[in-house]
Amino acid sequence: MGQNFQLVVVSAGTSDPSSTRLLADRVAGRVTALAGKRGQTVGTTVIELRELATEIANALVSNHVGPKLQNAVATLRHADGIVASTPVYKAGASGLLTSFFQVLDNDLLIAKPVVLAATAGTARHALVVDDQMRGLFAYLRTVVVPTSLFASTEDWQDNGLTKRIDRAALELVALMTSGFEKTVRDESWGSYQHEYGSAGGTELTIDLDSDLMRLAAGGAAS
Amino acid sequence: MQFGIFSVSDITRDPVSGETPSEAERIDAIVQIAEKAEEVGLDVFAIGEHHNPPFFSSAPTTLLSHIAAKTRKLIVSTATTLITTNDPVRIAEEYAMLQHLAKGRMDLMLGRGNTAPVYPWFGADIRQSLPLALENYNLLHRLWREDVVDWEGKFRTPLQGFTSTPRPLDDLPPFVWHGSIRTPEIAEQAAFYGDGFFANNIFWPKEHYIRLIKFYRQRYAHYGHGTEKQAIVGLGGQAYIAKRSQDAVKEFRPYFNEAPVYGHGPRMEDFMEQTPLSVGSPQEVIDKTLTFREHFGDYQRQMFLMDHAGLPLKTVLNQLDLLGEEVVPVLRKEIEARQDPETAKPPTHAGRVKDKYGDGPVRQPRPNANRGDNVTGGSPYQDSK
Repeated sequence: MGQNFQLVVVSAGTSDPSSTRLLADRVAGRVTALAGKRGQTVGTTVIELRELATEIANALVSNHVGPKLQNAVATLRHADGIVASTPVYKAGASGLLTSFFQVLDNDLLIAKPVVLAATAGTARHALVVDDQMRGLFAYLRTVVVPTSLFASTEDWQDNGLTKRIDRAALELVALMTSGFEKTVRDESWGSYQHEYGSAGGTELTIDLDSDLMRLAAGGAAS
Repeated sequence: MQFGIFSVSDITRDPVSGETPSEAERIDAIVQIAEKAEEVGLDVFAIGEHHNPPFFSSAPTTLLSHIAAKTRKLIVSTATTLITTNDPVRIAEEYAMLQHLAKGRMDLMLGRGNTAPVYPWFGADIRQSLPLALENYNLLHRLWREDVVDWEGKFRTPLQGFTSTPRPLDDLPPFVWHGSIRTPEIAEQAAFYGDGFFANNIFWPKEHYIRLIKFYRQRYAHYGHGTEKQAIVGLGGQAYIAKRSQDAVKEFRPYFNEAPVYGHGPRMEDFMEQTPLSVGSPQEVIDKTLTFREHFGDYQRQMFLMDHAGLPLKTVLNQLDLLGEEVVPVLRKEIEARQDPETAKPPTHAGRVKDKYGDGPVRQPRPNANRGDNVTGGSPYQDSK
């Protein structure tokens, strides 16, 4: 009995096709192949952030979450693994990618395994993934695989990139297979901060036995 | 069902004329708007509370008592009164006074306020906003129900033998709504006390409101105040109305595009499709408003935001004519026809006096003579020996 995984690719590439998307697709392809060898199946959904750009901007400035953004949240909620891929602009990840992850609820992605990937025109940007993107995904309490992916122009003709893609894909498959997310969510979900209706609308548990709830029902503040 | 308007009290540049009203002009305008609300047959006028420009409403009970004096039927209310940065003792006193002057035609809605710098101006800390709101209301609730209160809490100095004066009109505390978008503790407190719950309903996804209102209804029933359907729910909404749909869209667009909260963001058409905003003919506003009860269950009060984003007074008054003459009468009829018979009546002073006293005598507290120490002691009223 093989497991079935939902893989979600989030791409902040802007051209069609973009090298950013291409890099993410190669990871998704390898994840599918490596999982297949273990008798697991992988369904892949792609979120192209360029199509959400206006809604992301609206959510940032006006709290208004549009329907495409709501769909993206629902997709991520069901993800077993995520590949987040971005171009590098001015020595940093695209604001489109960071803005998207910044408007999500803090607990939407807890314990989900993630491959981080970036593309750039020059190898001088190589540390953007490890130095900048990991912090954001640590804040979201995802578990980022050890191998970061970075592809500058010259990497596309270097077999080393393929090897690194293989490594990252295997790391992701291993984390998904281990059931890490499920264990964390099943056993310590309550120890993370949540808001009512956060986690993409799933976080609806109300602890009636909390100090604040007792205060709400006429008790004393602790 | 009650219908009314609520104002944020923003003083916003009119993006069409380029004019920004003075504080004096806007304050005069809000009184005219409230009088107009009564004239066109609306039930409620509510004002927000803010302590920074570009808003004018820092002293809501002063404004509301003036409006109450100039009207005959209108219920005056707030949207919201800050339960965090106001001392609950002052809320108890000011709103009881308003209740007397308005002859009971008032209630209030409590909210926390989300502007961090405002808190320290009043000696409070936004990080404690929620426990502060909950504790303050627990005290306020007692101040209006017990002649003499001994109290000790975390956030304010203790009270020993304190009597909040005047006692509420007919010894019946003002009706309280608790406003919240996403905080179960506020819904719980509203349910615990059998108070009303209000969802501002300006921003969707509506699922947040649906869940919280459902939770409030369940807890209202849990605490024995009635069935889930009998819980007291209010909703916000906003509309711009013109006889012809296309005129409404054309006239409102410049105001929408530069509105303080959502301007420079979503397209108006998207916002209309995805939120409760109605911009269109009276029938379109009616149709959209009628969907609210399908999402949230039958409710007691529908408030519309009509005077924001720099809309000039003349336009707002014209909007109120359309709302009062062409929209609300149809809504009253349609909702009455569809409403579950179990639904509670909206709160009014007269109705609540009847609930409390039946046909029996209504308590009218008469103080004992001052004992010379300016402290009330344990039995300040003649009937509380």
